[in-house]
Amino acid sequence: MLIESGSPIAADTKVEIGLTINGEARRLQVAPWTTLLDLLREQLDLTGTKKGCDHGQCGACTVLVNGTRVNSCLALAVMKDGAEITTVEGLAKLSGGNGLHPLQEAFVEHDAFQCGYCTPGQLCSAAGVLAEGHARTRDEIREAMSGNICRCGAYTNIVDAIEDVIQSGAQG
Amino acid sequence: MNRFDYVRAGTVEEAVQAVASGANARFIAGGTNLVDLMKYNVERPGRLVDITRLPLDRIEERDGALRIGALATNAAVAYDERVKDRYPVLSSAILAGATGQLRNAATTGGNLLQRTRCYYFYDEGTPCNKRLPGSGCGAIGGVNRIHAIFGTSDKCIATHPSDMCVALAALEATVRVTGPSGERTIPLAEFHRLPGDEPERDTTLSADEIVLSVDLPAEGFAGHYTYLKLRDRLSYAFALVSVAAVMELDGQTIKAARFALGGVAHKPWRNPEAEGLLLGKPATRETFAAAADRVVSEATPHSENGFKVELARRAIVRALEQAAAGTPQSQTDKRIA
Repeated sequence: MLIESGSPIAADTKVEIGLTINGEARRLQVAPWTTLLDLLREQLDLTGTKKGCDHGQCGACTVLVNGTRVNSCLALAVMKDGAEITTVEGLAKLSGGNGLHPLQEAFVEHDAFQCGYCTPGQLCSAAGVLAEGHARTRDEIREAMSGNICRCGAYTNIVDAIEDVIQSGAQG
Repeated sequence: MNRFDYVRAGTVEEAVQAVASGANARFIAGGTNLVDLMKYNVERPGRLVDITRLPLDRIEERDGALRIGALATNAAVAYDERVKDRYPVLSSAILAGATGQLRNAATTGGNLLQRTRCYYFYDEGTPCNKRLPGSGCGAIGGVNRIHAIFGTSDKCIATHPSDMCVALAALEATVRVTGPSGERTIPLAEFHRLPGDEPERDTTLSADEIVLSVDLPAEGFAGHYTYLKLRDRLSYAFALVSVAAVMELDGQTIKAARFALGGVAHKPWRNPEAEGLLLGKPATRETFAAAADRVVSEATPHSENGFKVELARRAIVRALEQAAAGTPQSQTDKRIA
């Protein structure tokens, strides 16, 4: 069912929305209570984006919506109709090169993960931090990344990696 | 999450009508609090009215002051050059709260209307008069380390969790709302309410009214301000005690001063009598201590949060010192200046 402004869509109805996901325009049928996170993982098999706490506290589900980092677990997919979504699967393409995104290269270089579960969220959040342009110093990077928990405790290396990319001037 | 009708509003009128005609309908914008509460079954709206398409996201000049649209995100407000230059206490308070991801999604109107983070409010298995009126209060005599020390009732000792609103209280902002009975303007101090016998009501807003904007006054106290936030960890934690302080000095004499506290009451807490003790006095620790003593003399702590009384007293003195000295608390370097 297509959404018409002002017209209620009954609770048991699936609605048609359009999203551009990692550069690919898609038409999708979603129930109104589907979060963007569940849409990506359960309906589209884009399982790079992780479900950690599902309450906006851990940051594992961070994606870019129209270039801005948000917690996809707290976003209803139906409300993002028309948006451009970038997940970790599309991050490399976002940087325009053929290889990895500079942040991905830096995370490998600086060993900025152990188990890797939080890494997609860390990478998307860091890409958001670069785009925002407010973080320069290590203190500022740490504060800007405080919405991403790493239970392995790779924080020092994560900050090293992001600092490296910021200092290199790569914007991804 | 419960099932709900979904309405996308194209105009403010459509939004107000859709909420008025839906059973237990709620407006939704950023969703960072409402979707979370729905996952805990604390909120079970029959209808969500999506207001994100409404043209309410602008930050505009108005009579020498700023009008912040209800849909301006917390990030948009905090990093707006005019807010940073003229109302830095507001920018600082917003940046002291939540995370980058949440501030990118959360809106000004939603921040005003966010619910308490009281554990009992969030836990369906416990009594809570705010969640289920008449069921009792688990926090009174329970785990209440984070709870209120001012303005509580025997029904509820929850706090309002916002940082932004504490700064807005010190700035004396107003909230412009509209609904079926038309537009009205509510002073920030009257927007949130004390729990009394109706803790389920956080604000004086009617269920069918929508927030249009937060209007700032012309005076932003850019020279002498601070937002000092004390919490259990250095980032992404709610305040145990916070203080937004603004001041105008004539030499070393206090010409104007206001301060509001967060994390200690059901609303941003001000004490006009205590603020009055500052006027015309030298900007010294003794002056600030007299005002702080007056504020905490009215505190009514509970079984586990007595520490907040002394913490609040010291935080007020320190915040007023920071404001007077023109050395506001940094929100990235967490050392308390």
